[in-house]
Amino acid sequence: MRENVVVRTVSRLFVPFIQLFALYVIVHGASGPGGGFQGGVIFATSFILLLIAFGLPCVRGRFGRSWIRAYAAGGIIIFAGVGLTCILFSGNFLEYAAIETALGIPHLQTLMIDIVEAGIGITVMAVMTSIILDFVGKEEEEPL
Amino acid sequence: MFGRLNRSALVAVIFIGIILIWAAEDMPAYGDPKAPANEYAAQMYIDRTPADIGVDNIVTAILASYRGFDTLGEVVVVFTAGISVLLLMRRGEGQ
Repeated sequence: MRENVVVRTVSRLFVPFIQLFALYVIVHGASGPGGGFQGGVIFATSFILLLIAFGLPCVRGRFGRSWIRAYAAGGIIIFAGVGLTCILFSGNFLEYAAIETALGIPHLQTLMIDIVEAGIGITVMAVMTSIILDFVGKEEEEPL
Repeated sequence: MFGRLNRSALVAVIFIGIILIWAAEDMPAYGDPKAPANEYAAQMYIDRTPADIGVDNIVTAILASYRGFDTLGEVVVVFTAGISVLLLMRRGEGQ
């Protein structure tokens, strides 16, 4: 499989489209079917396709361990940060309406929900990729 | 075929299964209009989402806004699962 030109070429062509579709699903979450969990998993599938076609070192080179950890924690920090920002505007934790009334900008809640969805997507993407890479890495160093 | 551990696990699974099926008997039928979830909660979300949040997708409104804290917990659960796999798979490697 690793030497197959067709698989490699098609995978290389598909990866950006899969990632674009994943971002669309995340951003579209507020106005249609979709959301952070689904989009994050779709984004992770692009790395799984890279893994199948190009092998573990290629994916590790593009998305290293420290980056995966940073993204996994960063998504939660974004989510919790939005919640804490609501407290700064004298609302409850994750009460987006407080920011909207404080700043007087209409439809700000939709933006807040999009940011939260993006945070969810980042964490889910990083965790899914991390789990797959850990399993594959374990299997390659000691074959079952 | 069954060791001691497996047999006790089988007994536990059957026991918990019976309890769960017994509990499921009391649940309302799927799509029952008299069910508590359908009687007022669903209608309330449908009525209030456009005015409260202004998002077209009611599922997202519930997930990210009404039940935002629950979703934060879910993301932390996903994160914890990933960290657990990381720790289990890399056990024994020198740091």
